[in-house]
Amino acid sequence: MNHVPVAEVPFEPVFTGPALAKLEALFPLYPTKQACLLPALWIVQETRGWIAPAAMAEVAALLDVTPAYVRGVVTFYTMYHQHPMGRHVIQVCTTSPCHLCGAGETLKAILKETGCRELGATSPDGRFTVVEAECLGACGFATPILVGNDFIESVTPERVPGLLQRYE
Amino acid sequence: MGYPHPIHSSETPVLSTHFGDAPARTVAGWQERGGYAALKAALAMAPTEIIDTVKASGLRGRGGAGFPTGLKWSFMPTGDGKPHYLVCNADESEPGTFKDREIMRWTPHALIEGCAIASYAIGAEQCYIYIRGEFTEPWSIMEAAVAEAYAEGVLGDHAMGSKHRIDMVLHRGAGAYICGEETALMNSLEGKRGNPRIKPPFPAQAGLFGRPTTINNVETLAAVPHILTRGAEWYAGLCAGNKKSTGTKLISVCGHVMKPGNYELTMGTAMSELIFDMCGGMRPGRTLKAVIPGGSSVPILNAAEADTCILDYEGVVEAGSMLGSGGMIVMDDSTDMVYEIYRLAKFYAHESCAQCTQCREGTAWTTKILARILAGKGTVEDLDLLLDLADNMTGKTICVLSDSCAAPVVSGIKKFRNEFDDYLTAKKAPVLVGI
Amino acid sequence: MSTDCVSVTIDGCTIEVPKGTTIIEAAKQAGVLVPHYCYHPSLPSPAVCRMCLVEVEKAPKLLPACVTAVADGQVVHVHSPSAEKARESVLEFLLINHPLDCPICDQAGECELQDYVFYEGRSGTRYGDYPKRFNPVEVFGPDVLYVPNRCILCTRCVRFMDSVADAPVLNVSERGDRAFIGIDPDHALDHPWAGNVVDLCPVGSLISQDFLHKARAWDLDTTASICSGCSQGCNVMIDTRDDVVVRIRPRANLEVNRHFMCDHGRMHYRWMNRGDRTEAPLVREGDRLRATDWETALEHLAKSLGDAGPDVVLLASANVSTEGLGLLKRLVGDTALATTVLVPSGPEEPLVGIPDLALRAERVANASGARLLGYDTDWKAATGNLSRAKRVVLVDLPLDAELQRLLDESHARVVVLGTVDESWSEAVDLVLPMSSLVEEDGTFINRDGRVQRFQAAKGAPGMARPAWWVAAAAWARHAPDRTAEETAAEAFLTVASQVPSLDGITHGTLGFGGRRVVAAGAVG
Repeated sequence: MNHVPVAEVPFEPVFTGPALAKLEALFPLYPTKQACLLPALWIVQETRGWIAPAAMAEVAALLDVTPAYVRGVVTFYTMYHQHPMGRHVIQVCTTSPCHLCGAGETLKAILKETGCRELGATSPDGRFTVVEAECLGACGFATPILVGNDFIESVTPERVPGLLQRYE
Repeated sequence: MGYPHPIHSSETPVLSTHFGDAPARTVAGWQERGGYAALKAALAMAPTEIIDTVKASGLRGRGGAGFPTGLKWSFMPTGDGKPHYLVCNADESEPGTFKDREIMRWTPHALIEGCAIASYAIGAEQCYIYIRGEFTEPWSIMEAAVAEAYAEGVLGDHAMGSKHRIDMVLHRGAGAYICGEETALMNSLEGKRGNPRIKPPFPAQAGLFGRPTTINNVETLAAVPHILTRGAEWYAGLCAGNKKSTGTKLISVCGHVMKPGNYELTMGTAMSELIFDMCGGMRPGRTLKAVIPGGSSVPILNAAEADTCILDYEGVVEAGSMLGSGGMIVMDDSTDMVYEIYRLAKFYAHESCAQCTQCREGTAWTTKILARILAGKGTVEDLDLLLDLADNMTGKTICVLSDSCAAPVVSGIKKFRNEFDDYLTAKKAPVLVGI
Repeated sequence: MSTDCVSVTIDGCTIEVPKGTTIIEAAKQAGVLVPHYCYHPSLPSPAVCRMCLVEVEKAPKLLPACVTAVADGQVVHVHSPSAEKARESVLEFLLINHPLDCPICDQAGECELQDYVFYEGRSGTRYGDYPKRFNPVEVFGPDVLYVPNRCILCTRCVRFMDSVADAPVLNVSERGDRAFIGIDPDHALDHPWAGNVVDLCPVGSLISQDFLHKARAWDLDTTASICSGCSQGCNVMIDTRDDVVVRIRPRANLEVNRHFMCDHGRMHYRWMNRGDRTEAPLVREGDRLRATDWETALEHLAKSLGDAGPDVVLLASANVSTEGLGLLKRLVGDTALATTVLVPSGPEEPLVGIPDLALRAERVANASGARLLGYDTDWKAATGNLSRAKRVVLVDLPLDAELQRLLDESHARVVVLGTVDESWSEAVDLVLPMSSLVEEDGTFINRDGRVQRFQAAKGAPGMARPAWWVAAAAWARHAPDRTAEETAAEAFLTVASQVPSLDGITHGTLGFGGRRVVAAGAVG
């Protein structure tokens, strides 16, 4: 892993400037501040790439809940990253419908192309992290993958090298 | 139009008419195609009139449970002064199902219009659309559409220039299948873990933020404008004799067919026609082995059962399964049924919210036993154990995730016992290692 | 039948219960235990353990008894084959990831998983050789350890901290069979009421470090008592092993402390096991105190007080029983210069989810009793009287430097009723060994005016006697018309007859629940 150890990076608050404004704009849309928790965590992840414990505490303070509560929520939802990830997180659907149509082979091709040695691992160049996703909801377009926010349908092993080229 | 294939002559395009038709994504484009007329008309009607029309149409929930939509709306209290909420369930996560995604991608205003009509009908001024986190493309399309709908005065304090306020907020999920369960979704929307709630109280009594709430699936809501425009009688007539299942249903077909995709069928269409005619049949040289007709949570049908199955709520039950969300997983003779059942069990074990004991422990244990069988280390007793665990996991928990895990296991062992036996007797080589 | 009641038949027993009663509570009244884990009468019910599933006639499925309200005419079967199979399966599911480490688990013997598995679990395992879930033990707080491998995810602890303590530092983390109880790493489970999670945990997952490996549950003797940590009067159980107090736990009393007690009270027991106890009466003989018998000691006491006349100051701890305080007051008479109790104080720590429950500022159990009996609590005024006193009677008071200085300045001779050895100064003429409140029967009156009994949990050391006994014996000495009380119950009757609001109350009528005799605040 070529990440700087987490503890050595001083935590800079996420919610200043535009990120804070974005969150505050959500408050009037819900009767409780707590309802803004999932959106707030999305803002953290979009800004930092993952959700650090200090960020959970920051969100907790903003939404009048406790850090423990936020952690319980973060760990429930698989799309929130609790650790630093590669620059591009690739989610590959391998649930039954896609598995029937060769998702296993596609996954292997993606691991090979990215240099990620196993699921959940980040490639040595820090470019990619590959994770298995449970049903991406595009079963008719097997195999779908998500690269960051890019949803790509009908990925076959042959298409993998070309598809990943544009992700630096 | 149709997407990704042209509309087949045996389809009845209503919701899918504009799939693939990108210009339909704007307010103007939608209006050119007849959109927002129904909303305009609805806002001039009495809410009860709308509810009665929807009741008369026979529309039933398209998310999986098939509950009559008009009846559900009529459960909302009237004159209670409390804020009411409409929640649109766009957390489509049931393996095999991908119809709501297409509705949002191609016809976002169909959903916005349906939501607006439903909101007005149930006395809600606020509607939340909960979209699963993985649906990045539907999200950005819906986001643009909602923004435009506000800009064009479709939504807001004076929706369509009326005196009624209709506000709409998109809410993004973050990766949890269980949030497709209506009470789990409400918890998630409130900023909580997506744990299903005990019922009662039902959402119409105390739902989102403790207020009276109606929660409907995307496809259900998108059908509402058509019912108002073309009449309840027209919609009720879209069936093959069974008056309990009316209208059109988007069937998502995936797996081993030549042309996977969404097919919009009049209720009562034969499954064989869908698979062998519309979807172009099986891949060359392959024969049909099994179909999971309603998303992964329902019992598996074998080829013979699929052959005679009629696609409406009652027809699929008669064949031994359920129409569910209409996500059809088609499997040909190359399929390793034991592995696919294991893969489904693994899905449910991954997605269990951890509340109920039977589900938390049972889904994981079931997966382990199936993995052991696939590793060539299973015994005949393992099958009895699987069936007993499935019995212990069925009908005993807060929601039906645990039942959903049990359904393919039970039907799989019952209908494809020989494939299990092949692993147990080492006739087939192990495909998993370990355990 | 009243319109507010419904009739329900549970395992053949028909009872009437108020509308809205849950099946699980109705079953209790019918004498039927519905096994359960997540349900707790003082917590919101999530119905997640699915252990309390029962068969209700005409219902399509088994129903969770903890959240299902009874309906009129309902017929419930707790022990039908289908309900029993469901519970057997829940137990099996709970056990697949639960270590069978009962021999080294503190909970063994009082474990609800162990109990119900013996009661209606299946023998043998069908889980085979799959590995069990493993997570390391975590220190949650100053006293609480979390052993995740034993956790059955009932979430009682999380709900207690959320809904009752209003300090949500615990959570359920992850999901599926990977779930565990999490704690925020920057926070500890150090809430003043956190210890309750140990009692609430139905298995050995949340355990007390203080009690860790101290005793097996089946070796404990349990006695009903009242916490002496403050004026709340929480009902407690004192657990002893071979006459040593090893643990204090809350005892349910819905009107006082529901099912809870604070950590201050819970941990406030080491003094009960002190070894430096005064075991024999001591009388002054020249420059030293000499051990003697009670006969001699009582003679000295009676004479000493008789000689002093009204110039007596009685200073007592407000943790002396109502019986003791009452009879001591009778002994020194109404003309005494002062009869005063010491009421130390500390910060109030409420348990916000339960109305009227807090660790109270008055850190003694019987200040209200003392006031009701006419004691003063103005310590400054009382000690100001010391210079005029000929005799000072000290009852169960720690001899701190301040008190020692005051005694030195006064010329009064001192009589001590005490529990522990001290370096008694030359002013002390008589030391009488007293039993502590865990060694005697008696009553306290809490801040709400509630009289509550406590019972002797262990034997008193040596010749130590209850304060009321000493006071009664000395009072009746050389007075043929007086009869000394011989039991705490008799002592209570005497005291009660002197106080209008206590009149007619006896130890017997108080029972284990106690009784409110004065309006709240009247004696607070």
